[in-house]
Amino acid sequence: MKYLVKKIVTLIMTLFLVSVLAFLAFQIIPGDVVTSILGTEATPEREEALRKELGLDQPPVVRYVRWAGNVLKGDFGESYRYSKNMNQMMPVAELIGDKLPVTLLLAALSMLIIIVIAIPLGVFWARSKSKILDVSLNMGTQTAMAIPSFFLGVLVTYLFGFVLKWFAPGSYVSFRDDLWGCIRYLIFPAISVAIPKIAMTARFLRNSMLTERSSDYVRTAFSKGASERRVSYVHVLRNAMMPVVTFLGMIIAEIVAGSIVVEQVFSLPGIGKLLISSISTRDFPVVEILILYITFVVIFVYFLVDILYRVIDPRISSK
Amino acid sequence: MKKFGAWFQKQNMYLLVGLLMTGLAVVLGILSFFWTPYGTTTMSVAERFHAPSLRHLFGTDNFGRDIFSRVMQGIGTTVIVSSLIVLISASAGILIGAVTGYFGGILDEVIMRITDAVNAFPSILLALVVISILGSGKQNVVLSLGIVFTPSYVRIVRSEFIRLRDSDFVCRARLMGVSKLRILFIHILPNIWSVFWVSVTIGFNNAILAESGMSYLGIGVQPPDASLGKMLSDAQGYLGRAPWYALAPGLTIVWIVLGFSLLSEGVRRKEEKKK
Repeated sequence: MKYLVKKIVTLIMTLFLVSVLAFLAFQIIPGDVVTSILGTEATPEREEALRKELGLDQPPVVRYVRWAGNVLKGDFGESYRYSKNMNQMMPVAELIGDKLPVTLLLAALSMLIIIVIAIPLGVFWARSKSKILDVSLNMGTQTAMAIPSFFLGVLVTYLFGFVLKWFAPGSYVSFRDDLWGCIRYLIFPAISVAIPKIAMTARFLRNSMLTERSSDYVRTAFSKGASERRVSYVHVLRNAMMPVVTFLGMIIAEIVAGSIVVEQVFSLPGIGKLLISSISTRDFPVVEILILYITFVVIFVYFLVDILYRVIDPRISSK
Repeated sequence: MKKFGAWFQKQNMYLLVGLLMTGLAVVLGILSFFWTPYGTTTMSVAERFHAPSLRHLFGTDNFGRDIFSRVMQGIGTTVIVSSLIVLISASAGILIGAVTGYFGGILDEVIMRITDAVNAFPSILLALVVISILGSGKQNVVLSLGIVFTPSYVRIVRSEFIRLRDSDFVCRARLMGVSKLRILFIHILPNIWSVFWVSVTIGFNNAILAESGMSYLGIGVQPPDASLGKMLSDAQGYLGRAPWYALAPGLTIVWIVLGFSLLSEGVRRKEEKKK
């Protein structure tokens, strides 16, 4: 319990620090936002008015407090670039809310593919005694991990889009119009996200199982007459999965960040693509919130994994 | 004995193949500063989209430029940029790691919290933040990735310094009145190289992946500097017509990254064997 409280306090502290950094970092940037919105031709009065409107005439601390207060209330501010209609800028919340489901769907699909393939593969690898299989799996996973995600995306596009013609690259349909069609398109980016992670997870699980294999309880199980199959699946796998859970947690964090690149490859309108375009157009209110959001997801996943780890392995908390 | 022979052979292979692969890339990259088979900006309408042949090893692109020459140039940029990134992050890592590891105290506590936070972060996101503040371009890529990768070295160097700070030879040096600076960098530092080299080779890997990824996204190295990532994103539009255009820079990145991971595995095994 004490541990939980300590963890939550750290979580909040980290988020606070990140929010301060995410906000202040964009206040010291060279190049005035006002000039970049209005152009260099605007009159000083017009510039002054906009500066007041955006609250930029206040000192940074005041602006941070106001910004953080609004964020806590769920008001994420307005984009500098996207307009909703003639007189109103697009609220950041709406902008992100529109893109978020794409990214989350992609992450969920990728995670599903990873778990479904990597865990059986890892177990199979650890149990196999064939030398050739071991070497080829070793080389195969090593190669899969060496392929950068964007190139993997290009390869998947080429193979499934141009050679096999299973999908038409660039023909993404919104999940609002056709959920099934959207998922069918998302499978391919999800595959590109999943392949290197499958390799990592399978390697990790295999090593973890091989380590567990030399423990005393395995010898005991064997001497009690348990079959090799039973020892592998019931005894070894359960213990070997412990570190894999943490590893999968890290992978979730990586997938969320990795979607920044993959969304670009498959031109998916997710938050990764939004982040890149907001950085290029210097749309700071959007960038700030996105960074805060992605950080939050990453930290929160780590937090959950930490807690989960203690729940599934009571030995840790008793130590 | 037979088992040992197989193991021995295998460990040499990692190092050997890794060295060959990275060596070839580095040589081609450096060579590109002096000579390329064709001009990297020479365009020719008649030679557009030629498939790979003996004349054009990797084929030609949409402007009729020789892809092999451009890939060589891209490797050159990648080699320079990633070496600088590793240089910055590794030396910063040694300095910070040595001081915090040896002296400990509040400074250590603070720096460890920061490196923990940075380490927990996906590196691409952090690099994006720095880039969005500094703006894109070659120097800023080096600077941002240099900063982003520093904590990974701090971690390793620090833990090694903590391991060694109370060892006999360090205590003896301290008793003899050797200056702190000398203890840190003349007495302790040479003992951590074995661990350090492994992380340097891994660091090269991460640097190359991050650099090409950022260039692919259009926020890294900017034209006229050639870069493999940018080439790949240019080639993507012609994937149906000229797949070799995308395959050439992509496979080159894989080649280099694979070379460095084999190299790091080889170094690791070599050092393990020494112990």
